[in-house]
Amino acid sequence: MAETVLLDIALLSLLVSGSATALSTAVGVPLGSWLGGREFRGRRVLRALLHALYGLPPVLLGLLLYLMLSRTGPLGALSWLYTPQGMVLAQFLLTLPFVVGLTWNAVGSVDRSVRDTARTLGAEGRQHLWALVREARLGILGAVMVAFGRAISEVGAVILVGGNIQGETEVLTTAIVKETGQGDFAVAVGLGLILLSLSMFVFAALTLVQERER
Amino acid sequence: MRPAPLTAALAALVCAAALVAAGCLGPPAAPAPGRLVLQSTTSVRDSGLLDHILPDFEAAHNAEVAVVAVGSGQALENARRGDGDVLLVHSPEAERAFLEDGSGVSRWQVMYNFYAIVGPDADPAGVRGAPTAADALQRILDNRSVFVSRGDHSGTHAKELSLWSSISQDPSSFPASWYKSVGRGMADTLRTAFELEGYALTDEGTYWSLPDIGPGAAAGGLHLLLGGLAHPADDLRNVYSVVQLNHTRLPGINWRLAEDFALWITSPETAAKIGNYSSAGHPLFFPDPRRA
Amino acid sequence: MGGGADAAAGEPLPDRPVERADGPPPDAKRLAAEQLYVSFDGRNVLDGCSVDVRAGELHVVLGPSGAGKTTLLRTLNMLEEPGAGRVLFDRADVTWRRRQRGLTGPQKEARARCAMVLQKPVVFRRSVLENAAFGLRVRGVPKAAANERARLALERLGIGHLGGRPAPRLSGGEQQRLAFARATVLDLRFLLLDEFTANLDPPNVLALERAARDFAHSRGGGVLLVTHDLFQARRLADRVSLLAGGAIVESAPRDGFFARPADERTRRFLSGEAPL
Repeated sequence: MAETVLLDIALLSLLVSGSATALSTAVGVPLGSWLGGREFRGRRVLRALLHALYGLPPVLLGLLLYLMLSRTGPLGALSWLYTPQGMVLAQFLLTLPFVVGLTWNAVGSVDRSVRDTARTLGAEGRQHLWALVREARLGILGAVMVAFGRAISEVGAVILVGGNIQGETEVLTTAIVKETGQGDFAVAVGLGLILLSLSMFVFAALTLVQERER
Repeated sequence: MRPAPLTAALAALVCAAALVAAGCLGPPAAPAPGRLVLQSTTSVRDSGLLDHILPDFEAAHNAEVAVVAVGSGQALENARRGDGDVLLVHSPEAERAFLEDGSGVSRWQVMYNFYAIVGPDADPAGVRGAPTAADALQRILDNRSVFVSRGDHSGTHAKELSLWSSISQDPSSFPASWYKSVGRGMADTLRTAFELEGYALTDEGTYWSLPDIGPGAAAGGLHLLLGGLAHPADDLRNVYSVVQLNHTRLPGINWRLAEDFALWITSPETAAKIGNYSSAGHPLFFPDPRRA
Repeated sequence: MGGGADAAAGEPLPDRPVERADGPPPDAKRLAAEQLYVSFDGRNVLDGCSVDVRAGELHVVLGPSGAGKTTLLRTLNMLEEPGAGRVLFDRADVTWRRRQRGLTGPQKEARARCAMVLQKPVVFRRSVLENAAFGLRVRGVPKAAANERARLALERLGIGHLGGRPAPRLSGGEQQRLAFARATVLDLRFLLLDEFTANLDPPNVLALERAARDFAHSRGGGVLLVTHDLFQARRLADRVSLLAGGAIVESAPRDGFFARPADERTRRFLSGEAPL
C-alpha cells in the first residue's frame, strides 16, 4: 500500500473518530451532568435505556442510518451517504450513550457530603452543577476515553454509512476488512497494528492527563 | 446489591466464559467423512445457483457441503492455507497462477456467462450503443461519469482491470471524484452505484437478485445497458472453473470428496440443471463443462 | 487567633470554660427551628423539635448518636425538607421544599449568612487555597481578592503554608481546619457545626475549638454545635440543650445545665447511662 494512501486512511480515521468523540463530549457531558445533578421520576427507566444502548451493535446503527440517508430514504436530501460527515454522524450517535451514561454515573456518584458542602457554601443551580462536574472530572475523562475507543475501533457503522470509497471514505477499520477480503492478510494485520498504535498513543496522552489530576 | 451475591454472579460469569473459550480452543476436528468445504465467491452464492444444485450432490454422496463465499482473491488464499477442500471461482489469471505455484492440481471449466455494465437509464456516457465493453468504459472515462468499482481483487474486479488495460488505462490514477473504488462485495457495490446514480460492472446473477435497485426501483434504478446473456459482448465473457487442490501439499483436505465434486459438477446431468437455472425469469449461466 | 500549630506543644486542654458576664442582647438576630417533624422510612427522626441560636452565642446541643442531630442541622441549613414545622431566619420563613426551584429572597439571604461544617472533613478536588476561596468565588468575589482573604483565613487556622497543596492529600485534621477556614472566611452570621472535631487529635481539637469560640465571641456570630461530647460542651458552651427522642427536652445556660439538670433524661445522659 502506498504511503500517501496509508497516511490518508490513518488521518481520516483520527479525524472522523476524533470529531465524533468531540461532538458527543460537547453534547453528552452537559446532558449527563445535568441528569446526575438531580433526582427525577423515571430516572431508573432512562438509565436502563441508556445502558441498553451501550450494547447497540454498530452495524445495526450503520444499517438504520444507511436506510435513512439513502437516496430513497427520508434524509436522502442531505446527501450525507458515503461522506465523512455521515460517518461522523454515525459515530457520534454510537458514542453518545456512553458519554451521557458514564458522565451521569460520575456526577451522580459524588458523595452527598460534597454536595451538601457545595450548597452550604452558597453554590446553587448552575454553580452547584459546575462544582459537581469539577469533582467528577476524572470519571468524565474516563467516559471520553471509552467513547473514543468505541469510535476508533468500530467498522460496522462506518462501512455501511461511508461505503469504504478509496480516497474518500476509507478508514483503517474498513481497509482491514477490504484487505482481508482480498486475501492480503499481511497488509490487513499491518493496518491493524497501525490502528492499535494510534489509539494507544491517544489513550496514553489522555491517561497522563487523568493521572496528573489525581 | 450486597457484595456477596454480586461477587458470586461475576465469578459465575467468568467461569462460564472460560469454559466456552476452552471448548472453542480445542484441537480442530479432522474432516468428518462426508463434509466438503467449498471455497467460492459471493457472486456465485448470491446468484442462488448453489442452493439449486448442491442438494443433488449432497444426496448422491451422503455429504454436507459448507460454502465459504468471499472474493476470489480470498478464496484462493484460503485454499492455499488448506481452509477449504475445493474451489469454484471465476478468475482465470489468478487460477492459472494458483496452478503454477503448485497449490492446485487441476482446473476444469464448468460454465460461463457474461458480465454486464449497468447504469442510470439516462445513460449520460452513452454506454448503450457501445460495440464492446472496452469501448463503453472509454465513453465513461471521457464523460467522467461516476463509475463504482469492486476494488477488491475479485474475479469481477480482475475483469474490470483487464478491460481498462485493454484501452491502456490504469484505474489507480483515476480521481475519486468519479471513480469510486469501494473494496466490497457485488451487492454493496451495486447499491453504491444506485445511490450515486453511476455505472458499474456486475455479474447478472447479483444484479437480478436486487430488484430494489433495478429498473423497477422506486427512485430510478440501474438499467442493464450492455452485456448479460441478452446482449453478450465478447470481452465480457466470464468463465467459472472448479479447481482441485494439491493434497500432497495439504494433507488434511478431503480430496477424495473434492474429486467427486469436480466430476459431478462437470457431468452432463449437472450441466443440464445449471442451464435450467434462472433468477427472476433470467437465465444466468451457460453450462460448458470441460475436463482438462 | 487560632495558631494551633505553635500553641499545641505542652498546653493542656482547658476544662473550665471562660466566664462571660453577659449573654447576647435580647433583640439580636436569630436562626430558629420551630416544631420540626422529619421522618425517614417511617421513623420519626425529629419529633416536634424547636431550637434556636442567637448571634454572639455558642449554643451546644447534646444528644446521643442517632438522636437526629445531623438532620436538625441539615434542616436548619435548608438542605432537608421537614414534614412539618418551620425554619426561621430573623422571623422570615426559609423552610426548604424539595420541589422548589431555586431559592426565595429570604432563603438567599439565609444561605449567604449560614454555613455548616460536617463531621467528616470534606474537601474539593482542588488546591487548599481554591477550596478556601470557594464560597467567595461563588459569591462573585474576584479571584485575586478571594485568594487574599482565603490566605488570611488559612493562616488563622494555622495551615497557611499548605495553600498550594492538593486538598485531598491533607491529613484529617488539616482538612477539617480547611473546612472551617473555608466557611468562616465568608461573612457569616451563623455557623452550624456537626461534631466537627470528631476523631481528631488534641492539637487539632484545640485549634478548632479556639476558632469556634473566636467566631462567636470576637466576631459576634452565632454558633450551633451538635455533639455527644460532654466535655467539649463544658469547654465551649454559653448555652446547652439536650436533644432526645427527636425533640429538645431541656435547655439552660451552661453552668445551670450541668450543675442542676432539671430533666431525668438529662441526668441520665450526663451520668453516661444507657440510651434514653
